[in-house]
Amino acid sequence: MLGSKAGTQILDGNHAAAVGAKLSRVQVIAAYPITPQSPVTEKLSEYVEGGNLKAEYVAVESEHSALAVCSSASLVGARTFTASSSHGLAYMHEMLHWVAGTRLPVILACVNRAIGAPWNVLNDQQDSISQRDTGWIQIYARTNQEILDSVIQAYKIAETVYVPVMVCYDGYILSHTEMPVDVPSPRDVDSFLPPYKPHTILDPANPRNYNLVTLANPRVNAEGVLCHGYMEIRYLLQEALQNAGETIASVGREFGGLFGRSYASMLWEYSLDDAEIVIVAMGSLAMEAIVAADTLRDEGHRVGVLGLRVFRPFPKSDVVTALKKARLVVVFDKNISYGSEGATCSEIKSALYGSGANAVIRNFVVGLGGRDIKARELAGAVNKSLPALKEGVLNDEYPEWICHI
Amino acid sequence: MGTRDCGHICGESSQGIGEAGRTGEWRSARPVIDNEKCTPARKNKPSCFLCWLYCPDAVISKAIPIHIDLEYCKGCGICAQVCPTQAIAMVNEEECSS
Repeated sequence: MLGSKAGTQILDGNHAAAVGAKLSRVQVIAAYPITPQSPVTEKLSEYVEGGNLKAEYVAVESEHSALAVCSSASLVGARTFTASSSHGLAYMHEMLHWVAGTRLPVILACVNRAIGAPWNVLNDQQDSISQRDTGWIQIYARTNQEILDSVIQAYKIAETVYVPVMVCYDGYILSHTEMPVDVPSPRDVDSFLPPYKPHTILDPANPRNYNLVTLANPRVNAEGVLCHGYMEIRYLLQEALQNAGETIASVGREFGGLFGRSYASMLWEYSLDDAEIVIVAMGSLAMEAIVAADTLRDEGHRVGVLGLRVFRPFPKSDVVTALKKARLVVVFDKNISYGSEGATCSEIKSALYGSGANAVIRNFVVGLGGRDIKARELAGAVNKSLPALKEGVLNDEYPEWICHI
Repeated sequence: MGTRDCGHICGESSQGIGEAGRTGEWRSARPVIDNEKCTPARKNKPSCFLCWLYCPDAVISKAIPIHIDLEYCKGCGICAQVCPTQAIAMVNEEECSS
């Protein structure tokens, strides 16, 4: 059947995510349909109903319950998958914290969609950016191939470092757009992805309590062992994310060795070698930026693109290396931290502080609620930022919006 | 000496007496038994034991006379509520220590 044969297939992004989960041999799926994620849930329930995927598909009444089911299933040793968007992801917010705090390797496909008010079902990245501080790894795909590949890699990453992973991709632009996708064979995926080994213990002969009230200070347990207080457990989550970069890169390298598509870097780099001007973007916008960079090169500017593949953990030192030679950095954000600036721009600035880099940085908020953003508009924003180079004003306090206000 | 040696990466514990700490310290009122009224004590026969059955912290022993482990009794007062002979009184902790 479609989506189960190895080789090149024409798949939309949602289908690619479902195939990725199927190839990863997920055992428990719990998801609640929401635009534009719904086809992921439909496809997976088809696989389960048709006997093509040996998994439990748990129908739930909300996204909060969907992640609660995944949390419990993961705790007792099942490989789990869920997917959501926008308001659904917001409704999961509490459980996102629980899953990360329990260090459960749940994988969530986030089909990026704008959030109300006002109602909007179209794409931007405000939904996943708003979940930035829940302790999940966040990977952003630029193409449908990257969606499929990232879901498979996500399991290996999550089950190595015991941190859940959100694989994010732009609603409609990727979720409902068909592209050729190379689908690996189940046997090859099996050789890459070993069965899930939980860190939690389910053994009636040796029962455990998980997530009981944990007070502020460390405490000696009944066996006389000094155990973590709340803060030590939270420290370990931060430590796991700080160290996750190495695993993300090594898993990506190994994936490349087996499947011919390497993900050894947390960044995508395009024409950076001689670039004075660097466009920074995340998700499908990073592909659009390549077209803009080519146009600007035709006009005589030395422009490259830095695509952010992994947003959490943020690859600070890689960003510093990639932007070392840049004189102008133009960051496009499909999100806004209200009262401040685009979330990725803040990260870029934070990474560069103290690195010796002296690039002028300009931030543009674009594409909110599905507002179309074309390569020529990205190029226009870069052209508009050029005078800042001469003026030498490194920073603007607030971002500029590409809209009609 | 940090807490890393416990080997946990999330909130985890095994079942055991005292696993949640000395919860008896939380108590503001102490259950005091009057064995003149307590059915098993009065009849010297295993009977009733509703307090043992209902105690949410399992600190009451099914013995004659019954025994309450004050190290871990939080003083919730459920035993006093369920006792059919009103043999258990909840006494203010300050009055007990003075």
